[in-house]
Amino acid sequence: MNLTLKIWRQKGPQDKGQMVEYKVTDISEHMSFLEMMDVLNESLVAKNEEPIAFDHDCREGICGMCSLQINGEPHGPDRGITTCQLHMRMFKDGDTIYIEPFRANAFPVIKDLVVDRMSFERIQQAGGYISVNTSGNTQDANSIPIPKHNADLSMDAAACIGCGACVASCKNSSAMLFVAAKVSQFALLPQGKIEATDRVKNMVAQMDLEGFGNCTNTGACEIECPKGISIENIARLNREYLTASI
Amino acid sequence: MISNVYIWTLKKINKKMSGFLSSSIARKVAMALSALFLIIFLLIHLTVNTVSLVNKDVFNELSHFMGTNFLIQFVMQPILIFGVVFHFVMGFVLELKNKKSRSVKYVKYNGAANSTWMSRNMVISGGVILAFIVLHFIDFWFSEMNYKYIQFLPEDPTRYFDELQHKFTNPLRVGAYVIAFVLLALHLLHGFQSAFQSLGLNRYIKCIRTLGKIYAIVIPLGFIMIALFHYFSQLNH
Repeated sequence: MNLTLKIWRQKGPQDKGQMVEYKVTDISEHMSFLEMMDVLNESLVAKNEEPIAFDHDCREGICGMCSLQINGEPHGPDRGITTCQLHMRMFKDGDTIYIEPFRANAFPVIKDLVVDRMSFERIQQAGGYISVNTSGNTQDANSIPIPKHNADLSMDAAACIGCGACVASCKNSSAMLFVAAKVSQFALLPQGKIEATDRVKNMVAQMDLEGFGNCTNTGACEIECPKGISIENIARLNREYLTASI
Repeated sequence: MISNVYIWTLKKINKKMSGFLSSSIARKVAMALSALFLIIFLLIHLTVNTVSLVNKDVFNELSHFMGTNFLIQFVMQPILIFGVVFHFVMGFVLELKNKKSRSVKYVKYNGAANSTWMSRNMVISGGVILAFIVLHFIDFWFSEMNYKYIQFLPEDPTRYFDELQHKFTNPLRVGAYVIAFVLLALHLLHGFQSAFQSLGLNRYIKCIRTLGKIYAIVIPLGFIMIALFHYFSQLNH
């Protein structure tokens, strides 16, 4: 298929940036979206032009690196997938595709389509862990009884890969779903309860400090999340925060 | 000694609350609490107004009681005004803060793919409701304040129904009321369940969503029916 691509080009963090139009031809519907981008980049290199910078790593939907806003939606029009899992069969011959970086002040653009998501790392560092001595005397986790229901919910929350689609899709650039998932995965388990109060307060404080917007419960994050993280986790985050604060 | 403990306690509470309200979740909770307060108020308001469809004298009696009762006038009314002002001010402040969190906008943004129009445009429906409240205050509240506390006119327990009917003789005003209540319905369609989600009360979320949809349609429709009833009932006279 032949496509018109309108892609955000930005030389560096200080550059203003703009949309640039490219044409790609003979794109197979079996290609992944990133393979189509590879084809475009090869043609740019052949013409001695600067290839388009975009994030990717595992290309199998696990690492959370790929982060493209495609036709106004993070990870494109398909559901439950990352950009690397998006296939060109989702588009039609002759389509015009808009490709932009994830937008949020807390995700500044480094170059072209690559954004800095270290703000997520700093939120994690503020409390997204349990303090366990790993010097060899750690208790076997299986010896602690955990209700199956809670274990399942915790695993569902832990499926978050921190890609940032929740922030990109939210009209307020809120990171509430990410923080909710990271708080929930521990809040549901006995190992996480010991530091629960400090964890939720510190992570929310860091989230606010990073400049993310306020959640207004539009639910866009849940729809666009490649791992299907439920906004029930946001309700749990709110409960955890209220319990910790009052 | 007691006063020192009292001041120390107040300082502690103030410190805790100011820290608490500076967080995004606390602001969200405050919005939800004021929303739930206004949701309860709307239900009471509609109940009283519905009486005007059934019995003129009972409506006059109810209105006179509410207009002269100390608790309602000097305790409940200021709380209500505070609740309304807080909800609007906080709503607009949060909207501005949220807009600032994305300085460079998307060239193409497909919000309709993942969220409802109502949820994305609460500030628009809220703005229309605010304009309506200004009109409503001019229509009823300011004239009531003028009657009772500026001109000190003698109490007349039978005046309320006629005053209400008089307001609904102008088709433009009736039209404005209808439009405002349609926007209120859209606001509530998202706002009702959103308030419970913000408070973390999502255990019965399916029931809450259904109840929210019923409330969001029934309450504004009730107000619209009352406005239309009084307008059309006077056309024949």
